[in-house]
Amino acid sequence: MSGTETPASGPGEPAEAVDPERERPQEEPSAEGRGLPVPGRRFALYTALVGLLVFYLLPLHSGIMTAFADQASGLPYAPPAPSDATLSNWQNGFDIVRSGMTNSFLFVIPATVLSAFLGSVAAFGLTKLSWRGQLGVLVLFVAGVFIPYQSVLVPLRQFWSTMALEGSLKLLASNLAFLPIVSGVLFSLGNHADLIELSVTHTAYGIPICTVLFRGYYFTIDDEILEAAQVDGASMFTVYRRIIFPLSKPMFAVTMIYQFTNIWNDLLFALILVEDSAQHVATQKLNETLGSFATDFSLVMAAAFAVAAPTIILYVLFGEQFAEGITGESA
Amino acid sequence: MLRRIASAFADLGSRFHGGEEAPGTEEEPSDPVTDGGTPAAASGSKRPLRHRDWVRALPFWLPPFLLVLLFVYGAISWNFVISLTGWEGLGEPSYSQLDFDMYVQFFEQVYDGAVERLNGGDTQIAEYNAFVNTFKLLIVFTVVSLGVGLGLAVLIDRGIRLENTFRTIYLLPMALSFVVTAILWRWMYRFDGGVINELLTAVGLGAFTQNWLGDPQFKLYAVIFALTWQFSGYCMIVYLAGLRAIPDDHYEAARVDGASTLRMYWRVILPQLRASTTSAAVVLMVFGLKAFDFIFVIFGGATPGPSADIMPILMYREAFGRTNWAYGSAVATILFLMALGIIAPYLYTQYKRGDL
Repeated sequence: MSGTETPASGPGEPAEAVDPERERPQEEPSAEGRGLPVPGRRFALYTALVGLLVFYLLPLHSGIMTAFADQASGLPYAPPAPSDATLSNWQNGFDIVRSGMTNSFLFVIPATVLSAFLGSVAAFGLTKLSWRGQLGVLVLFVAGVFIPYQSVLVPLRQFWSTMALEGSLKLLASNLAFLPIVSGVLFSLGNHADLIELSVTHTAYGIPICTVLFRGYYFTIDDEILEAAQVDGASMFTVYRRIIFPLSKPMFAVTMIYQFTNIWNDLLFALILVEDSAQHVATQKLNETLGSFATDFSLVMAAAFAVAAPTIILYVLFGEQFAEGITGESA
Repeated sequence: MLRRIASAFADLGSRFHGGEEAPGTEEEPSDPVTDGGTPAAASGSKRPLRHRDWVRALPFWLPPFLLVLLFVYGAISWNFVISLTGWEGLGEPSYSQLDFDMYVQFFEQVYDGAVERLNGGDTQIAEYNAFVNTFKLLIVFTVVSLGVGLGLAVLIDRGIRLENTFRTIYLLPMALSFVVTAILWRWMYRFDGGVINELLTAVGLGAFTQNWLGDPQFKLYAVIFALTWQFSGYCMIVYLAGLRAIPDDHYEAARVDGASTLRMYWRVILPQLRASTTSAAVVLMVFGLKAFDFIFVIFGGATPGPSADIMPILMYREAFGRTNWAYGSAVATILFLMALGIIAPYLYTQYKRGDL
């Protein structure tokens, strides 16, 4: 990945450019360099690669085939017979999970943006300024990446039920009835209280990984730019806003793609926090679909692909950034 | 990546002195005498400058830190306190009497299960099964995924055409939700008309068809196989970065010595991938603990049966299924300690090597 990631990194990053000689021989396919002298073995190599390709695509392929079949009766991995082929599963499957997908977008987007932003400022405070006790704070951030969610579930449920977000928002809304617009907004927020809880929760648990990702990136930004700005008397806020933030755009892409995928894909927090069935999110809806239509695999498959579509589209468009995000996890 | 961060960090320590001394940067000019320039010396000095940096950094890291402190560390602590109570049912916890009863109960169950197991035969004690299966899952899943990922990385690294396409497809399953992949694999593993059994029959291996998700013998391994499918692409990416960092002359030197390709990888290349292996293994174990979603969906709830039960599932079932909140919290704390047992040594060695 190191060969191709370079363009994604911003300007002023000399660290990326340290080993150009090392990368160059890679650019033209050279069997020699990596110890494969016999050209006849190339055939075996490509056979293995294609075989693995089939293995990785097979579950997806047979899933799609099934979703196109009226009755999942033929071979599960073969295209359905023309008489059996239908598009209705896709329509029905999407209809079932549509409200869940809307809810997911409503909570995933704010959580993605917020966790990326907070991770970015935290990383800035922990990278571009050196101060005592930094290491302790940093360790708590990094360790936060690896926390098993089970160890916070019971307190989370307690915490949010104590907060009584829905009731408070609606009470506030009725007290502010003389301000119709404010009151209306608050009431509507009250109706989405579970999603707000979910969004805040995911933001908090996303901050550690975002901080780690941004921190790695900020080390590559040349300090001389910051020094120059400070010579001009710029405050740290101005430095962040004018220099760091614009330079962070490629990293924001990486972090936000990573976070969107993670948060969209999560089921566990939603199971714990979202009780109101009108607010059930996409993964929850999909799980329920499996529960109630277990025998109609074609329908369940179509619904599954509808739920997977946003992350698949992101992955196809920004695969490089996604890869960069997941390797940052091992920091 | 870690090494890059480390060197940048060392750099930063020395550069910072230069930076702060720039004229006009500070309202009160800093002491022009520079000290050692190492990060340790920088943070160790007690000049007002350091204090000022601390204050100036505060608005940036403190708000996110407080959120993390509250939601992560506050919640973990609260969870521990709840596990010391006897809280169950619909009421609120009472914190008046705290003891380790729940932990004693858990390990007694594990012990009883082990005894039953030693006396021959299976045990139905969920704690024992979940405890053992968690280790089985973590170890087998990690080892197999690392192996497959290394294989993929070595193949991809041989200067192939369409490298990007292959890489993208091998990594694709990682972009999917556990809920989606569980549904896909339920279809793959189905006894009647599932993809795997149909394929086995088609190539004349009909004798090997199994009830993959029903037979206690195969359940856990079926889960591990599917998880490997989902996460080996991640290992590939990590190993690929590691392989690309090895200079070409190491390969050439090994070939001049007459080493076969296999021996070259085993003797020369693999030892240099140790850092990649460690960090990938740590992340994989964490993914393994998050496999809750997958097992929950593929077995249709928190009761996968004794042979596929793992502690994250047991925790959910006890707390949210049976409202044994304190007991669930105790299981959760044990899980947290297990995760800590994986992360703490890792972070410590990173710190020792100056990679943190």
